[in-house]
Amino acid sequence: SFSDDVSLLVVLIDTNPFFWSTSSSSLNFHQFVSHVLVFLDLIVRLSQLNQIVVIATGHNTCDYIYDSSLDTDQVTGEGELPALYSFVLQRLEEFVNKDEKLGAKQEGLSEKRASSLLSGSLSMALCYIQRVFRSGPLHPQPRILCLQGSPDGSEQYVSIMNAIFSAQRSMVPIDCCYVGSHNSAFLQQASYITGGVYVKPQHLEGLYQYLATVFAVDLHSRSFLQLPRPAGVDFRASCFCHKTTIDMGYVCSVCLSIFCKHHDKCSTCGSVFGKAQLDAASDRKRKASES
Amino acid sequence: MNNSEKKRMNGEAEEENEEDVEDEGRDAWERTYTDERSWEALEEDESGLLQPIDNKAIYHSQYRRRLQSLSAASAASRIQKGLIRFLCVVVDLSKAAGEMDFKPSRMAVIAKHVEAFIREFFDQNPLSQIGLVIIKDGVAQSLTELGGSPEAHIKALMVKLGCSGDSSLQNALELVHDTLHKIPSYGHREVLILYSALSTCDPGDIMETIQKCKKAKLRCSVIGLSAEMFVCKHLCQETGGSYMVALDEGHFKELLLEHAPPPPALAEFAIANLIKMGFPQRAAEGSIAICSCHREAKVGEGYICPRCKARVCELPTECRFCGLTLVSSPHLARSYHHLFPIEPFTEVSARQLELSRVASKTCFGCRESLLTPGTNKAGPCAACTKCKQYFCLDCDIYIHESLHNCPGCESRRITPAAASVTMS
Repeated sequence: SFSDDVSLLVVLIDTNPFFWSTSSSSLNFHQFVSHVLVFLDLIVRLSQLNQIVVIATGHNTCDYIYDSSLDTDQVTGEGELPALYSFVLQRLEEFVNKDEKLGAKQEGLSEKRASSLLSGSLSMALCYIQRVFRSGPLHPQPRILCLQGSPDGSEQYVSIMNAIFSAQRSMVPIDCCYVGSHNSAFLQQASYITGGVYVKPQHLEGLYQYLATVFAVDLHSRSFLQLPRPAGVDFRASCFCHKTTIDMGYVCSVCLSIFCKHHDKCSTCGSVFGKAQLDAASDRKRKASES
Repeated sequence: MNNSEKKRMNGEAEEENEEDVEDEGRDAWERTYTDERSWEALEEDESGLLQPIDNKAIYHSQYRRRLQSLSAASAASRIQKGLIRFLCVVVDLSKAAGEMDFKPSRMAVIAKHVEAFIREFFDQNPLSQIGLVIIKDGVAQSLTELGGSPEAHIKALMVKLGCSGDSSLQNALELVHDTLHKIPSYGHREVLILYSALSTCDPGDIMETIQKCKKAKLRCSVIGLSAEMFVCKHLCQETGGSYMVALDEGHFKELLLEHAPPPPALAEFAIANLIKMGFPQRAAEGSIAICSCHREAKVGEGYICPRCKARVCELPTECRFCGLTLVSSPHLARSYHHLFPIEPFTEVSARQLELSRVASKTCFGCRESLLTPGTNKAGPCAACTKCKQYFCLDCDIYIHESLHNCPGCESRRITPAAASVTMS
């Protein structure tokens, strides 16, 4: 039976080549993966009942890489590497190739700001966790760990917030170990809202040590540890017109778009402010027929 | 329950008192046979063998039908959802609420589910407000003012649970009309009446009051707990609300929670407006200030109003001193999925799945096998119309009820040209 310190850890690995090729940090993709593999092995060794699922977040697609509950390929390792390592490495390589092929037709993308499809892998992780909840009363405690380096994609804001609220309702913490250059506001909010931990390691060469000390411990035992606390999550909104952060603004009552100045008309939903919608619509028709 | 079973249960109601006395001599396991008729949860299949009722399949098909009707309704009318709602919940605490056909009593069941409803309501509509009204002894009283904090309402309701006297629908409507008359014009005015009585004791002409409410654009809905009444039906028809009668506790809970997501609002009901809102920063760790809600000194926690710099403890709220609505961006983001809903998935028959060229027949979301367990045959599943991925029925329900993202669509990179087409 499951004691309360058994974990189901869903790891989302950022493989976005636009990030890894331009990253100026001291960590390249292969070193990053090797730190992560040792960490996954640690989780498995902490308890026989712990489960791991690995999902890759690419630039053009996302996919499942590894699921410890399917005992495929657990038989023998190749040479000196344990079976887990060689299996994950092979699947990651297949994934990166597939991801690259899917993007072959795109041009004109600014490499610096190319985001990954984090909303996709988060959604898949949450669906998997719901399946575990459905499996019966005895199941490990699930949590999500995002190993992310790519910058936030503003086009994914609504989807990521939907995923965060769904995780909050199911009481699934979203942790993040961010290896990019500037903090990710999306993931900071995710950890704050769901009760997870957000860490941006200062010394990336020691990534494994951060992973092992902060993220290896199960949820129940976290209450006994002094984990990194969020230093000022910025919940201010950005106005839809300039994307600047504002602390006071105007919100359209119909579509909740945020503006920094007073307007007569909402640019998102077209509502005319101060007039009943039916009057506004008939005004438009009258003007159109007059012109 | 079909009619014959209902009649049988009603006939036994009088005998239950005698049975209660006898029950004390019985063991607990014997009592479960008198209360739960577990043999009714079986049915015969084609060959005459007994099988438990396949609740899962029934649940899935009910869910699909509901989703289809919802999407058909929203496609028909001009969909704009009323996101900023001012809802008055009217609880009938007349003598009829003490009836015990809902166990332990109608009042207790109502209170329990109203608490869950209030939490769910604020979860889905963080910018909205609720006010509670009770009807007792023929008079309607306002239990709580319109406000956005769930705890205040729940606490007030739990304290005042006693039923007596007659019920008066007209007095309740007059009270909510006066309450909702004062709210700003961009808000949607709604009333939800939980009615247990079978009559109403009114001081005047209720039809006039109903017309008054209709003119004030109040959308009144009623959930009845006893039987259908003409006056409730008339009220809901005139004001554009929904009238349902609960069959049992589970059904009541379902009907109540249906009012949590914003109803498709007819555009002419509210005037669009730009509402000035503040997005406060979190107060610095360790700073001490007196918060404006509790009038106590607090260390570190809380937010600072950007206009008057007062300290507030939680969001969303209205600053007590300058009246500015204070929210954080996640509160607005909670409502975005109403504005960008995902389309329902299409049902895929087992045959279609077998014929498809998908290599591994697993659900794209949770990677569970789509084949019926124990066999090699494909089971029923669903597919997204946009990304064409297959999902199991449980993921379909989860995606549409809680997640509001299609994993398949989110795992695809759409080029800017294609994106502009889909957004319009």
